[in-house]
Amino acid sequence: MRYVIIGNGPAGTAAVEGIREADPKGGITVISDEGVMNYSKPLLSYLLARKVKKNQLAHRPENFYGRNGVELLLKKKAVKLETAQKRVVLSDSSSVPYDQLLIATGGAPIPLKISGKKTQGIFTFTRLEEAEELIRYLKDHSVREAVVVGGGLIGLKAMEGLLGRDISVTLVELADRVLSATFDRRASKIIEGALKKEGCRVFLKNTLAKIVGDRSGRVKEVVLSNQRKIPCQVIIEAVGVLPNVGWLKGTEVRCDRGILVNEYLQTSAEGVFAAGDCCQPPGFFGGPPGVLPIWPSAVRQGKVAGFNMTGGKKEYEGALVMNSVELCGIPTISVGLTDPREENGFETLESVSEEKGIYKKLVLRDDRIVGALFVGDISRAGVYTGLIKEAVKIGELKGHLLKESFGLIHLPKDYRKHYVIGEGIEV
Amino acid sequence: MKKIFIHEEYCMNCRLCEVHCIVQNSKTRNIIKAYKGEYPKPVSRVLVEEQGYLSFALQCRHCEDAPCLEACITGAMHRDPESGAVLADEERCVGCWMCIMVCPFGVISRNVEGKRVISKCNLCQGEEIPVCVKNCPNEAIVFEEEK
Amino acid sequence: MAKGKMTPEFKVLRDMEKCVSCQVCHRLCSNDAHLYDSETGVVSSEDSRCVGCHFCESLCPTGALSIRRNPSEIKQNALWSGRALEDISRQAATGGVLLTGMGNDRPFPVYFDHLLLNASQVTNPSIDPLREPMELRTYLGGKPDRLEVKEGQKPEEVLKSFLSSQIRLETPILFTAMSYGSISLNAVKSLAMAAKEAGTLWNTGEGGLHPDLYPYGPHLVVQVASGRFGVHKEYLEAGAAIEIKIGQGAKPGIGGHLPGEKVTEEISRTRMIPAGTDALSPAPHHDIYSIEDLKQLIYALKEAVRYRKPVGVKIAAVHNVAPIASGIVRAGADFVVIDGLRGGTGAAPRVIRDHVGIPIELAISVVDQRLREEGQRNRASLIAAGGFRNSADVIKAVALGADAVYVGTSALVALGCHVCQKCYTGKCNWGIATQDPNLTKRLNPEIGARRLVNLLRAWSLEIKEMLGGMGINALESLRGNREQLRAVGLAETDMKILGVKPAGEAW
Repeated sequence: MRYVIIGNGPAGTAAVEGIREADPKGGITVISDEGVMNYSKPLLSYLLARKVKKNQLAHRPENFYGRNGVELLLKKKAVKLETAQKRVVLSDSSSVPYDQLLIATGGAPIPLKISGKKTQGIFTFTRLEEAEELIRYLKDHSVREAVVVGGGLIGLKAMEGLLGRDISVTLVELADRVLSATFDRRASKIIEGALKKEGCRVFLKNTLAKIVGDRSGRVKEVVLSNQRKIPCQVIIEAVGVLPNVGWLKGTEVRCDRGILVNEYLQTSAEGVFAAGDCCQPPGFFGGPPGVLPIWPSAVRQGKVAGFNMTGGKKEYEGALVMNSVELCGIPTISVGLTDPREENGFETLESVSEEKGIYKKLVLRDDRIVGALFVGDISRAGVYTGLIKEAVKIGELKGHLLKESFGLIHLPKDYRKHYVIGEGIEV
Repeated sequence: MKKIFIHEEYCMNCRLCEVHCIVQNSKTRNIIKAYKGEYPKPVSRVLVEEQGYLSFALQCRHCEDAPCLEACITGAMHRDPESGAVLADEERCVGCWMCIMVCPFGVISRNVEGKRVISKCNLCQGEEIPVCVKNCPNEAIVFEEEK
Repeated sequence: MAKGKMTPEFKVLRDMEKCVSCQVCHRLCSNDAHLYDSETGVVSSEDSRCVGCHFCESLCPTGALSIRRNPSEIKQNALWSGRALEDISRQAATGGVLLTGMGNDRPFPVYFDHLLLNASQVTNPSIDPLREPMELRTYLGGKPDRLEVKEGQKPEEVLKSFLSSQIRLETPILFTAMSYGSISLNAVKSLAMAAKEAGTLWNTGEGGLHPDLYPYGPHLVVQVASGRFGVHKEYLEAGAAIEIKIGQGAKPGIGGHLPGEKVTEEISRTRMIPAGTDALSPAPHHDIYSIEDLKQLIYALKEAVRYRKPVGVKIAAVHNVAPIASGIVRAGADFVVIDGLRGGTGAAPRVIRDHVGIPIELAISVVDQRLREEGQRNRASLIAAGGFRNSADVIKAVALGADAVYVGTSALVALGCHVCQKCYTGKCNWGIATQDPNLTKRLNPEIGARRLVNLLRAWSLEIKEMLGGMGINALESLRGNREQLRAVGLAETDMKILGVKPAGEAW
């Protein structure tokens, strides 16, 4: 049995583990278009902030591939998929045949549509090469000011990294608040306040209108859509990420925004699976499938897909959005529907402490928790994630949920016992 | 694999388990120095939940299908092949708190005063029996093979 | 008017160098004797609330706590002790009866501490219990006057004489009557589990039998007391023997009292009384006013269980214990329990506990001697109760005439009790004499049973050692064998009553 995995990110490595759970012998080939054996993309912002060194970026030990009998092809990009012949064509024109294929190609940053893109000093921040280039540029050109376009997770993490290098940062965001996709208004406001305290300037409801370079062709200032001119030597584009699916056009693999997969992570093509940032699985709460580019989902999808590639039939429970990010020293965690659009049917529980800088919020629907948002105090947040995942009926617990002492002890005994069988130990 | 099982009907909420966990995870392993002399004060990896007259000690369950292993972005969270325990390499942890987000038992904590990384029970690697179990005066937690 | 000095009975000494403010003591003390100030982070103590149960001292992880007696330092007076003054003061304030728990703590003579055992030297050599079989096995129940056998028959048909029902014990030590209500269910479970494991018996006391405990029936003596709490057909069938309780050593002449606060739902169901009402046992059984009435009840119970279980009677050791016991045996009891002056209780008026009754050593001696004189010693087994602290006390009681011994206080001490005598408050920190679920969970029956079995095993081994030292290999040979005892420091009359020679006098 030949397993081929395109992509060496968390989904890819988890798929290796998923395959080996059921099939210790089948041949596995992993194809990566990057040159590094193994590294964790979320750690790039820590690299920028000088919190980790380059040799600390790997999330699997060096012997991972050897130990699992994996043939790792580096610096090879998959350019064509021939499902009829069951093979993948690579950038060097060689082709790799497969019995079972997993596409885990991740996403690529959405480019800014703006003039002046050829100016030097414009970076995206999603690959190790780009991060290293950025770091070199910052050093070589003694960068003192930077502009980050995009107030989402990547943008804010990049901004933190730059602040950590004593570079003054201006943040430009199109929406009327930062982290509009994951936070609600109050949480966004807390973060915006913290950013300002750190000396970061934030321009909301704005984007770049023009990039201006100096005589040597390097960035010297930007003009915002509100006509403001901001001097800077570096621009970081972080407006969003799109799944890498362009290369699948015309194949049997049906795509929407990402590769469409069912609950077993199978695509529309036989023997072809997809996992990670590039795929579009069924959502956790039902509803239309959506892309969910976050680490834990990629790992879980990779594991399940890998297992299913060996003939197994594990169901993926659906993508539940969740993010954990610490900004300006404030830890935050958001899970599920934190800012529901409709008012109908949703109930909100809040606990705010302005002096302590703590904001906790739970969103309920049908007597179950469907969203949780924590800013400033994230202790035991996972308990709520568990309640969301298990769709536990809240009932009389409502009053206790946001108390500091809330814990598993408040849950009915049979839930405690039932929940743990197979995953852990009897409580 | 030997794991810690809980008998909540015998927990008397004395929290000696927390006390001894703190001592075990201190630099000096001396209770008086750990509480009075050390800064930052070591953190207990076991927490006792209480409600009314019910209470029990809760620490990492070392789950077979541990969500924290999947969520860790650095590979700091790993499984020890010998004991089967889920261990956190504090040197590799960068404090992203993803594990805290996914742990359904809420037994991972942010060690704020210390290195700003996570703290989690590691089944007292190197000891014959975890110190919380050893020092529970009423055998409310026991260390046994899984059945 | 100043109300009189109330000195705290105990002083809590806290070594501040060792105290790490872990708050274990503050969390655990049911009397709130330890207080935590969250502002300063300091734990302090309120001495007046301490009852001296030593629970905190046992659990303090650094050994910072020390509970010390704090006697009232009034002017020295042989008659007017601090305690006498404070009792008067308290009664002047409340007008109430002073209650207490556990057994008599007054300095009346302990005769066991004046009796010594023999050992073999030269002749009648000692027996090593680790090399030779040693029998502690005891059968409770009346034995026939004579034994007629038919030779050459199958074993079941050898015995011609009628043998009434017997209970077999592997050791002569049983757990005395401690009711569910006075002690917690976990404590009762510990006793039941230990009795089963060690091959001995436990006793329901006045509390009825909790449904969880029916599986331990084969090792159970069910008690029929004056309040008849929890007595119904299945109850009688459940045990291995039935005990009619006429009196109790700690409070001879009065009945029992379980305050309404301690009568929870479960206790209400077990005792068959409404929840929240006081459980009052009257002093006499209101259907027993003569020895003939007692005989009637004994036989009624025997009929109820079709003579398959021994029926016995428990009385307190009082002045006329010998003729009373004699009458009871004549009335058909299969065993008689004598509960002496030092017997314990969950709650009793202190004056009665301390000043009513006689010591068990004297009581057993006179009952044993009287029954032998009357030629009816074989008709009933004698069980002694009341303050047995170690295996030596047990073996001396057997030498004075007991067939077996009931232990109560020792069993509770094995479970953690420090005899603070505050059982009647229901706030026992050890989880023994309480129904508060916060406290009862502190007693893990698995651990409790383990400790009780250990205690019984240790004492049984010691008894075997002592028997072996006397050159005896069966406990039966020591029963009533006063020749193996000698007295030291006792008056002539005491020795005469005990039937024991003074040390120094040979046979």
